Amino acid sequence: MPDVRTHEPDDHDNAYAGLLVNDTHWAFGTDFEDPLAGVDTTVPDGVDPATLAAYCLMLGDDALVLSQRLAEWCSNAPDLEEDIALSNIALDLLGQARLLLARAAAADGSQVPALPDGSPVPDEDRLAFFRDAPQFRNVRLVEVPGGDFAQTVVRILLFSSWRLALLDRLTRSRDGVLAAVAAKAVKELTYHRDFAGRWFLTLARGTDESRRRLVAGLDALWPLWSELFETHDVERAAARSGIGVDPADVAADVEAVLDQVLAASGVDRPAVAPLAAVQGDGAAQPAHGRKGRDGGHTEALGALLAEMQVVARAHPGGQW
Amino acid sequence: MSAVLDRDRTLTRAREAAAAVVDPELPMLTLADLGVLRDVTVDDDGAVVAAITPTYSGCPAMAAMRDDLVRELRAAGFADARVRVVLEPAWTTDWITPAGRAALAAAGISPPGPAPQRSGPVLLRLAPVRRAVRCPRCGSDDVTVGSEFGSTACKALYRCRACLEPFEHVKEI
Ligand SMILES: [Zn+2]
Repeated sequence: MPDVRTHEPDDHDNAYAGLLVNDTHWAFGTDFEDPLAGVDTTVPDGVDPATLAAYCLMLGDDALVLSQRLAEWCSNAPDLEEDIALSNIALDLLGQARLLLARAAAADGSQVPALPDGSPVPDEDRLAFFRDAPQFRNVRLVEVPGGDFAQTVVRILLFSSWRLALLDRLTRSRDGVLAAVAAKAVKELTYHRDFAGRWFLTLARGTDESRRRLVAGLDALWPLWSELFETHDVERAAARSGIGVDPADVAADVEAVLDQVLAASGVDRPAVAPLAAVQGDGAAQPAHGRKGRDGGHTEALGALLAEMQVVARAHPGGQW
Repeated sequence: MSAVLDRDRTLTRAREAAAAVVDPELPMLTLADLGVLRDVTVDDDGAVVAAITPTYSGCPAMAAMRDDLVRELRAAGFADARVRVVLEPAWTTDWITPAGRAALAAAGISPPGPAPQRSGPVLLRLAPVRRAVRCPRCGSDDVTVGSEFGSTACKALYRCRACLEPFEHVKEI
């Protein structure tokens, strides 16, 4: 006969006991909630659902992967204020990713990985945690390893300047959900870009060492810059049907913002060639090779995803 | 006539129950004060739907708000209570009510000024943001911004140079 406890364990047995008694404000233990509950997710007339979903995945994966990279700074930033700032930016991007992946799933469920029957994992989490690197559609700028604080500032400046311009135009999308997600994101990205722009200036005008690190960070990320403005077939189709934005169309505006920061900082544009596409792995691929939007990634994405996905994959039936 | 009156009373009761729920991160504010409670409706069968809008895309308080709304509506006698999300128009700090602003100040949190208006592209601001902020503790306007990002997504960190205390400011969006 098994040993049966006949008394209530005292509180020393459970470090969490005090937290959970009579406290209704803890969000854990609640059911998953659809972030688009009650939102009209009808695909607009004349729009291909698969194109809308693929386009949302691109914008969602950009935000998700950079959010994960920025979260690596949590408890590691140069001071408490910057630690909190980077976590805030990561959280905003995670929220944008959640809405965009949920929108992708609502438009075309065929892209959502299948899990065992009865799994409580919601669609946006299936997309985040149960796809492999070749299925991710993010640009490669967001996946490369973090580097130091200066390089992180450069990455946020490059990314948020580009994304702000894209999403500002996306507020006029024919898809009401995308337009609404973009309108909220624009307000957040404005703070992200200002944060990075000010730190860029501060580091450029600081010490020789801070300036050296800033310029090195810019040189390191510059090969990934031009990829942001290359139009993928999905983006072209999305722009044509009035739901998306062709990234080539925002290039002039974004370069003007970057020039403004570089001029104020006295930093030149780097003379570094773009990073080549992934070539010749036998898969069907465009003649130019595969870049981030085609699922052609650097090795770093695999390691990032392994860390991000391990817990969810170990418990595909888990409830959090 | 009395059916209409009953229905009005039911709706009023549902609205009052929903409006009294407080924000989990700013508990001095009700969801109505914060401007995230957008609508409350009751259908013929007595089912209540409360509509809320997120403050920030990644606001972790949304799940707690939904749970709290459903719980309070059930406690008020509405067994069938649901919450739906409204994304459009996007939340702005201009929706924080005068009572909400007073409650923030009383709790030592500087309330937001008017949200920025714009026509045309979003301008880059390389200089620190200038706001007409006063220290909620001593009232001095000799304050300095420490970071545009605070303990929650909606707040910036400030320090008062008169009384030397740090404080938080709800930033305008
Ligand atoms: Zn003071």
